Amino acid sequence: MADFADVRLHVVSGKGGTGKTTVAAALALALASGGRRVLLTEVEGRQGIAQLFDTPPLPYEERKVAVAPGGGDVFALAIDPEQALLDYLHMFYKLSPTGIPARTLRRMGAIDFATTIAPGLRDVLLTGKVKEAVVRQDKAGRHAYDAVVLDAPPTGRIARFLNISHEVGGLARMGPIKTQSEGVMQVLRSPATAVHLVTLLEEMPVQETIDGVAELQSLGLPVGGVVVNAVRTPALPPAELTAARSGGLDAGRLSTALTGTGLDVPDDVVAALLGEVGEHAERVDLEERGRDALAHLSRPTYELPRMADAVALDSLYAMAEALRAQGMV
Amino acid sequence: MSSSPALDVDALLDTACIVVCCGSGGVGKTTTAAALALRAAERGRRVVVLTIDPAKRLAQSMGLSELDNTPRPVDGVDPAAGGSLDAMMLDMKRTFDEIVLAHADEEKAQQIFANPFYQALSSSFAGTQEYMAMEKLGQLKAAGGHDLIVVDTPPTRSALDFLDAPERMTTLMDGRMVRILLAPAKAGGKAYLKVVTTGFSVFTSAITRIIGAQVLQDVSQFVAALETMFGGFRERAQATYDLLKSEGTAFVVVAAPERDALREASYFVERLAEERMPLAGLVVNRVHRSAATALSAERALAAAEQVRGGSPDDVLAEGVLRLHAERMALAAREKRLRERFTGAHPAVPVVEVAALAGDVHDLDGLRRIGEDLARGREAAAPSA
Repeated sequence: MADFADVRLHVVSGKGGTGKTTVAAALALALASGGRRVLLTEVEGRQGIAQLFDTPPLPYEERKVAVAPGGGDVFALAIDPEQALLDYLHMFYKLSPTGIPARTLRRMGAIDFATTIAPGLRDVLLTGKVKEAVVRQDKAGRHAYDAVVLDAPPTGRIARFLNISHEVGGLARMGPIKTQSEGVMQVLRSPATAVHLVTLLEEMPVQETIDGVAELQSLGLPVGGVVVNAVRTPALPPAELTAARSGGLDAGRLSTALTGTGLDVPDDVVAALLGEVGEHAERVDLEERGRDALAHLSRPTYELPRMADAVALDSLYAMAEALRAQGMV
Repeated sequence: MSSSPALDVDALLDTACIVVCCGSGGVGKTTTAAALALRAAERGRRVVVLTIDPAKRLAQSMGLSELDNTPRPVDGVDPAAGGSLDAMMLDMKRTFDEIVLAHADEEKAQQIFANPFYQALSSSFAGTQEYMAMEKLGQLKAAGGHDLIVVDTPPTRSALDFLDAPERMTTLMDGRMVRILLAPAKAGGKAYLKVVTTGFSVFTSAITRIIGAQVLQDVSQFVAALETMFGGFRERAQATYDLLKSEGTAFVVVAAPERDALREASYFVERLAEERMPLAGLVVNRVHRSAATALSAERALAAAEQVRGGSPDDVLAEGVLRLHAERMALAAREKRLRERFTGAHPAVPVVEVAALAGDVHDLDGLRRIGEDLARGREAAAPSA
């Protein structure tokens, strides 16, 4: 049984630059493998999914972007707050997006107001739309999607983003906004949701991950796994790395060893190579310390190796396979 | 090599009054801002660096235990050239409160502070940060006392939202939406529907249905309270906008040599050009270089393939060669990505900073980055 087999909403966050969009996409592929339907969503207007799958910018429409190994489809949706608001009005108030009331709201500036200026409403609409996709069912009562993956805002903002409905719900003591917010929070706080954090084995991303887990837990939001991205494979045995770190690797020895491969390497190049090994050893050591710090979180942790070209489509499939092989989904 | 001009960092630091750093998350923006500020201070200027990132990263890298809403002197800065360095972290809520107090009388201010919408807006909602950062920038500028203000921005596209601030304020306060929201507060709530003319009836019934009467009441009171001070707020937003456009201000876009980060950098560069904001150039952090370019990736890899034995020396040779080949390949890929950027923006000056083996947590680390920034790309070679 996979660690998150019962989860239907996978929220993927991470510090900027850790590859959270790539991991979200790989996770969606992993979830879809074997014939399941998965929706991959983004909310930051960056069109990161389209760029990743090398498709034209996504419209506000659920569109198939990839086929998973063994069948299974990944659909993608870039959620736009204005469209989400019109959707919401349509669904709950039967206001057609092209009808007079909706047009009047737009003309009065109410749509602009709600999506850009009114405090927090933007995030309420975004999370509301994600929740709608999670609970949506067909006429036979089957879920429209087996799982939904959200490429969410970065770690520094994730807890606030997910908790926004709670805050807004607190402002509205009763009425429709209250009801809607409660519905969203109910899904987000349920065991059907998991918030996964993507990190690199570097000090700041690791620290933000640790802080992020604490913040999510303090708000009662379900923390999922930690995905460690772009992990280095040590180039040399531990003893050599330790020596390299303290400058103890001998230039003469390296020169001789290189000559053994048929290369004639001048001294200055040997010195430069020693410098490169020293930096690598330093990084590997830093990664080890990062790994130790993450271990204290006691969360399921998955590692993805550093890829030569992390954004290529075949890397995405390799990452999906690695997540499955480690039992994440 | 691509043909873009080099960014002359020292000339920038010696003459600018305001430097704004923007870029996507995880590219070392905060560190760049701190390194620029430190270098300027040690070149003799009185500098303050303002960060609005909620993580206390700047504090860490500058050895400060706490950053609050006022500039604090940074210890360990070399005063030989007559300069100084202060650092501060933006406290969103406190800055917002200060604005309210500056523009509203005591009674009104207390009313605003007590409103639940104000409490939420001022402390936790996204978007407020950018406005407050610009407000603080305006305050620091007005207070004088510093020759140079270095501003770090939040790691999102919305970092540039402040550019729209004056326009948004105007749209907001002059909009019909606000006049309608103000109606219940002015009429005392219950008379809400009566004061709104029949022309708005479709609108009002829709909006009451959607947000509910109680929320409408709170929002209305909040907007009414803010209305009294918005004029001043709007003028100041406009003044800050003009300040940003003026001579003496320079925007520095920060990126890492990765596809996504450089794409975001392009977005920032284009957005700034649209607004006619003065762009100083692009800083590319974490660039990988090799000092052993004499040994190509292909030769290194071919030699590594030749290793057959398993002796410690064989393992060492193979490991070192593969590591070097990877590094050369990475340097080549980064170079292609940078060239794609400079191809699209040939006039934007660029400076590169080498990737470090470890993270920066002290002034010495910042100083080294400052040196690398000032050295420019001429010395950045050899790169693969």
